Amino acid sequence: MSVLPLYYALLIGLALPLGLYMGRALDTHRPSVMDRLFGPLESFLMRLAGVDRRLSMTWSAYLLAVLRLHLLLIGLAWLVFMDQGVLPLNPDGIPGMRWDTALHTAVSFATNTNQQHYSGQTQLSYLSQTLAIVTLQFLTPATGLAVLLAITRTLLRRPVATNAGGGVGNYYVDLTRIVVRVLLPLSLIVALILVWQGVPATYQGAQRVTMLDGGALQVIPRGPVAPMVAIKQLGTNGGGWYGPNSTVPLENPTGLSNLIETIALLLIPVASLIAVGVISGRRRLMMGIGVVMIAFSLLTTTMIVVSERLPNAALVGLAVADSPNLEGKELRFGSDLSALWGSWTTQTSNGSVNAMHDSFNPLGGLGLLMDMFVNVTFGGIGVGLIGYLLYLMLAAFIGSLMIGRAPELFGKPLETREMRWISLAILAQPLIILGSTAITVAFPTLAGNSNPGFHGLSQVLYEYTSAFANNGSGFEGLGDATPWWNLTCVVALAVGRFLPMLVPLAVAGWLAGKRTAPQGRGSLAMESGAFVGLTAGVIVIVNLLGFLPALVLGPIAEQLTLP
Amino acid sequence: MPRVDGNGMGENGIEEREMAMMQAHDASQGLRIRPLTLLAESLRRLNPRSLARNPVMAVVAIGTLVCAMYTGMAFAEASGQGIFALIVTLILLATVLFANAAEAMAEARGKAHAGSLRATRGELQARRLTRSGEERVAADRLRRGDRVRVVAGELIPADGEILEGAGSINESAVTGESAPVLREAGTDNSGVSAGTKLLSDELLVEVSVDPGDSLLDRMIALVEGASRQKTPSELALSVLLSTLTLIFLIVVVTLVPLAQFVGISTSPVMLVALLVCLIPTTIGGLLPAIGIAGMERAMRANLVAKSGKAVEIAGSIDTLLLDKTGTITLGDRRATEFAACHGVDPARLRQVAALCSLEDPTPEGRSIVALARAQGDELVAVEASVVPFSAASRVSGLDFADGRCWRKGAPNAIARRVQEAGGRLPADYEALVERISRHGATPLAVAEGARLLGVIALADVIKPGIAERFAQLRQMGVKTLMITGDNPITAAAIAAEAGVDDYVAEATPEQKLELIRAEQAAGRLVAMMGDGTNDAPALAQADLGLAMNSGTQAAREAANMVDLDSDPGKLLSAVEIGKQLLITRGALTTFSLANDVAKYFAILPAIFAASVPALGGLDLLALHSPQSAVLSAVIFNALVIPALIPFALRGVRVHAASASAMLRRNLLIYGLGGLLLPFPAIKLIDLLIGPLF
Repeated sequence: MSVLPLYYALLIGLALPLGLYMGRALDTHRPSVMDRLFGPLESFLMRLAGVDRRLSMTWSAYLLAVLRLHLLLIGLAWLVFMDQGVLPLNPDGIPGMRWDTALHTAVSFATNTNQQHYSGQTQLSYLSQTLAIVTLQFLTPATGLAVLLAITRTLLRRPVATNAGGGVGNYYVDLTRIVVRVLLPLSLIVALILVWQGVPATYQGAQRVTMLDGGALQVIPRGPVAPMVAIKQLGTNGGGWYGPNSTVPLENPTGLSNLIETIALLLIPVASLIAVGVISGRRRLMMGIGVVMIAFSLLTTTMIVVSERLPNAALVGLAVADSPNLEGKELRFGSDLSALWGSWTTQTSNGSVNAMHDSFNPLGGLGLLMDMFVNVTFGGIGVGLIGYLLYLMLAAFIGSLMIGRAPELFGKPLETREMRWISLAILAQPLIILGSTAITVAFPTLAGNSNPGFHGLSQVLYEYTSAFANNGSGFEGLGDATPWWNLTCVVALAVGRFLPMLVPLAVAGWLAGKRTAPQGRGSLAMESGAFVGLTAGVIVIVNLLGFLPALVLGPIAEQLTLP
Repeated sequence: MPRVDGNGMGENGIEEREMAMMQAHDASQGLRIRPLTLLAESLRRLNPRSLARNPVMAVVAIGTLVCAMYTGMAFAEASGQGIFALIVTLILLATVLFANAAEAMAEARGKAHAGSLRATRGELQARRLTRSGEERVAADRLRRGDRVRVVAGELIPADGEILEGAGSINESAVTGESAPVLREAGTDNSGVSAGTKLLSDELLVEVSVDPGDSLLDRMIALVEGASRQKTPSELALSVLLSTLTLIFLIVVVTLVPLAQFVGISTSPVMLVALLVCLIPTTIGGLLPAIGIAGMERAMRANLVAKSGKAVEIAGSIDTLLLDKTGTITLGDRRATEFAACHGVDPARLRQVAALCSLEDPTPEGRSIVALARAQGDELVAVEASVVPFSAASRVSGLDFADGRCWRKGAPNAIARRVQEAGGRLPADYEALVERISRHGATPLAVAEGARLLGVIALADVIKPGIAERFAQLRQMGVKTLMITGDNPITAAAIAAEAGVDDYVAEATPEQKLELIRAEQAAGRLVAMMGDGTNDAPALAQADLGLAMNSGTQAAREAANMVDLDSDPGKLLSAVEIGKQLLITRGALTTFSLANDVAKYFAILPAIFAASVPALGGLDLLALHSPQSAVLSAVIFNALVIPALIPFALRGVRVHAASASAMLRRNLLIYGLGGLLLPFPAIKLIDLLIGPLF
């Protein structure tokens, strides 16, 4: 019926060996061949940065190191964006960004979101794109994975750690290893394929061509596009060189490039699951998690694909009505491959697009929003699985009670302090998304919508959801380069990134200091089908119950009121 | 199946009796709360202080106020919405009152048990010793360290420890058991409780508690809603429930501008109804009642916890440290076999053994007679003088007028007597003695004059049903560890027969402490029971230390739970009561959350359908009208609380099953059931009230 099952098969086929490789290459507890291969480069980099690689940080030191580095990166990127007009590597003479858009852009890229309130090819210099943006596009997915590794070592690894004061690893060592051993080699491969397929990679300025029809001059922006697109797709980043992202032939020229870029959306998130299984020794737990994620993925992907095969309501009754919804899609890719990309890019918090999400049918838009509310269907690199762990903790709390034990997670007691922080991380999502949406729509001058009514509401809701989920894709149609949008999104971006990522690290750190009950017949079997189902239920209920009214007023109402 | 339904297990006789006793107890104290009292109690709890203890119900109460205000405005403006708003207000008020009633009922049940005891004690008089002599004071003026004299026929005025004397005491006021028990200074049975009656002798008792701190006072504090301390997992669950409440508050508040943006105006009454239906009112309303009822169930099993935490932790126990004697075996050894030597008529051995024991009052002696009778012997009393057992001779028996003498006693002592009397030891005698010892029993030889007849095996008898209970505990993942002073051979035999997971032989009380520490170091939660002063450190170290009420003051103070019946088997009941408490909470939380889905499908279309008729398409239940849809949902939401009160008070049934099986089962019942049940229920209510709206 379609090539979509093939995409899933290829994804898993490629993620499996990559996951096994990552499991070996990133495990700091087991020396491997990769140490000799990459060791010298890593040592050089760490000496350069003055990192003591033998130091194992406590969980709180690790957490602070993450926050410190990100504050520094945001500050630097902010300055670069504002001052790019006077900085080098600016052949097209692009002026500096306004302070609020620059801040939003800096935070957006430092949170692995890549939400863009600007158009890259005309508003960013080469320095901004390569130094600021691409640096962040490498460091942010690496940070997500690094925190996941720290949590794996502290909470998941068997035998379970029981030392209270013990370290969870070294953030800078993890960061370096992930960039050097995983992100750089993979990006190199993908970038080379893209260059082969025709994506530009140059430091020369824009190409100026004289059009055949009447000699008009056209300026075609270009630059080191291919490498950036590679890490944009691989690193759940999403922010492209060009404003319209991978719909532009210069970012995504062929069927093969589309295939590679689509697979790259999910490749590392899926492989991370396998890697954590290898490092922690909890293969069956990870299998259970993988099953839930694949089920969620198939569910919304099917929903979106089916929705986009339906004709666009505006064309009903016309002669072309038999075609799928092709508005806002590249005819090169058609509806299925656009829907698949849309679905995967929202599942992974990537946010790059090869079609305009704003033009999806209402149910397709609903699927995209649901993907981002859940945000743990593979999710962003590292943070997807960390987010899943947050729900797993909730499920373990309820599940323990249901078997008559005081709540525990992997045999370690979950108490009021842990529950308070877990609750806060869960609470933040509706608070920020619904709160910002409510204020914005209450004052229509703030929103600057291109559409009124249900679709207009969907646009605003989508923007904040995308920011909180660190996705970065947009429904667009919003005049969003205003201080209001920029600043409220900065809050959503930062809270949505750091709270769900760091709370599980803190919980893992607290739990490490507690007793560990040996697992037996009387303990919560987290690999069992019942528990996997409970976790899936918790995810659905928490998201469904929180966001259903907003979804009813947005995409669902839009669908039901279609002519 | 071990069932816990309030009175402990019904498996063995002792507990059946207890159960009957307790029920009589209950009936006499009038556990049923009168409807008017219940209403008054529910209304009294509407005061803000009491509501503030429960955030979920506080939100419902505030919602009720909002609706009431809106009702007033609607009537003033004659907008036609007044009646509907009034009805919603009343249902919401009923929701709060139902939750209050649940707590009041649980509290009434708990207090009824403890209350009558307090009443009797208030009138108690004590003879307090002073330097110059003694004075009469009211019992509630006694302080820790005071010494009081109690004479036969008087009630013990306060919890304490006997310093001098011994006496038999009727503890039925505390335990419901009327058979008198012996309490003696300087033994492990030196503790006495207030309100029990001294039947004989005279005691000098040192008071061990200050007023307001006795077992009874602590017991009452655990079931008093207003002063009750929340247990750790109850606190954590409250955090989760408050968070869910906050989430839904955000959802409903933000719904106003969202709806306005798309041109839908929302009615405040409808929104409050939506909010109340979404927040976890079922578990929120029943949570205090579940906690109190858990304490009350422990109390009914005559287990007095010093804190709610102790009851809760019992559910998570991984290892049970059990003393062999009294817990696994029936305290005394019993005759299990008559092994005749080669060439001896077994009937003769039985006869001699039994007749020798006829005048023997010890349980061992009685068991020999009973075994002989059970094997078909008619015992006819004989004319003979009794030679009592002495520690020096280590034998006892009968001397007949014609010079014959029958003896039973320690094998080597009997063997020596036989040889001295010129008899020969049968060839298989040594082998018989050895075989019996090897199986963990004590051999007792029997001789008729110079002829050795054979050997009686006296064995520890495993309590009936105990092996099944250990099997069930193993099923639930609880490890049992037997502690005994016996030699390793005996210990191994008993351990194998009872089916404990592990045992420690020739154990000293000090070793218990070491064992507990070792288990805890492996991450396990350990429970143990003890009575002696030398058990105190271990009782304090254990996560659940259960002291026998008959035990010494030191033991009772070190423990975090006291068993008024002094029955070592109670440890198992404690575990099950703890599990039941936690499962009831988990089950109702799941049920409450799963219910939300159906309520959404009832209310959301109702709120929006008036402005956007197309949204009526979401009304899966095809309810009569928006108003009846909202009313059906809030009525269901309110009624589910009283419907579940009996469930909350009684607790979920605990089945002996592995954790996975339990999780699967409870998820199916309370998760899936909670998801599906409200659909037909709301539809049914709508059918009933639909015609009115």
